[in-house]
Amino acid sequence: MTEIGLGHYLTLGAVIFSIGIIGIFLNRKNIIVILMSIELILLAVNINLVAFSIFLGDLTGQVFTLFILTVAAAEAAIGLAIIVVYYRNSGTIRVEEIDKLKG
Amino acid sequence: MIGAEFLGMIMLIVYVGAVAVLFLFVVMMLNVAQQKNQWFASEENSKHIPVGLIISTIIFFELIIVIGGWKYKPDLFDLNNSMDNLNISNTHSIGQILYTDYIHVFQISGMILLVAMIGAIVLTFRKREGVKKQSYINQISRERSDGVEVLDVETNKGVKIDD
Repeated sequence: MTEIGLGHYLTLGAVIFSIGIIGIFLNRKNIIVILMSIELILLAVNINLVAFSIFLGDLTGQVFTLFILTVAAAEAAIGLAIIVVYYRNSGTIRVEEIDKLKG
Repeated sequence: MIGAEFLGMIMLIVYVGAVAVLFLFVVMMLNVAQQKNQWFASEENSKHIPVGLIISTIIFFELIIVIGGWKYKPDLFDLNNSMDNLNISNTHSIGQILYTDYIHVFQISGMILLVAMIGAIVLTFRKREGVKKQSYINQISRERSDGVEVLDVETNKGVKIDD
C-alpha cells in the first residue's frame, strides 16, 4: 500500500473538476444540476487548497478554504432563491426555455 | 485525514447539512419530476455530449500533465515541519490565525452570509392575499374608542350592529 501523497489529492481534485465541467456541458435541461456542477468545481478547488496547505505546512490554504466554503454556500442559497422566483413567475426552469433575453 | 480535521468536519456539516438539504427542498418545491425522463433522450441534446467530453478530457489531461511534470524540492513536503510537532490541534491553530491575521476577511465573509440570507428571504418572500395574520402594530395601537361603543338602547328596539 503506497502512501497517499500530494499527487493523489491533486488528481482527485482534477477528476472532480472535470466531472463538474462534464456536468455543465452534458446537462442542458436542468439548471439545478448546473448549480450542483458549480458546487463540484468549487469543491475541487477546496481539495487542492487543503492538500497544498497540508503538504506545505502553511495554514493559509485552510483559512481560504473556509472563505471559499462561505462564498459557495451563499452562492447556492442565492442561486436557488433566484430559481424559485423564476419558476414562480414563468412556470419553467428548463434551460432552453429561459430565453426571455434573446441574446 | 491528512491533518485537516476541522475542515473535513466543516465540509461534511456544510455540504450534507446545508447545501444538500437546500437542493433537496428546492427540487421538492419545484415540480421538475416529469422532466427527468427526457434528459438524454432528445436529439439536439446529443450534439453537446461529444463537445463536453472533449473539453473536459482536455482539461483533465492538462491538469494531470501539470501535476505529473511538476518538480518539487524533496524536502518541501516533509510532514515533520508542519504544525504537528507543536502539540496543538488543527482547529486550534486555524483559530489562532483566523481570528488574528484574517479577522477582517472573516468579518467580510460574515457580511456575505448576511447579505445572502437577506437576499434569499427577500427574493422568495411572497405576500399572500386572503390569509388572516396577526398584525402586532394593529393590536398594539388599538384604542378604546375603536373597540367599544356606548349606545343608548331604547326599550323594545334593540341595537343594530353594522357589521
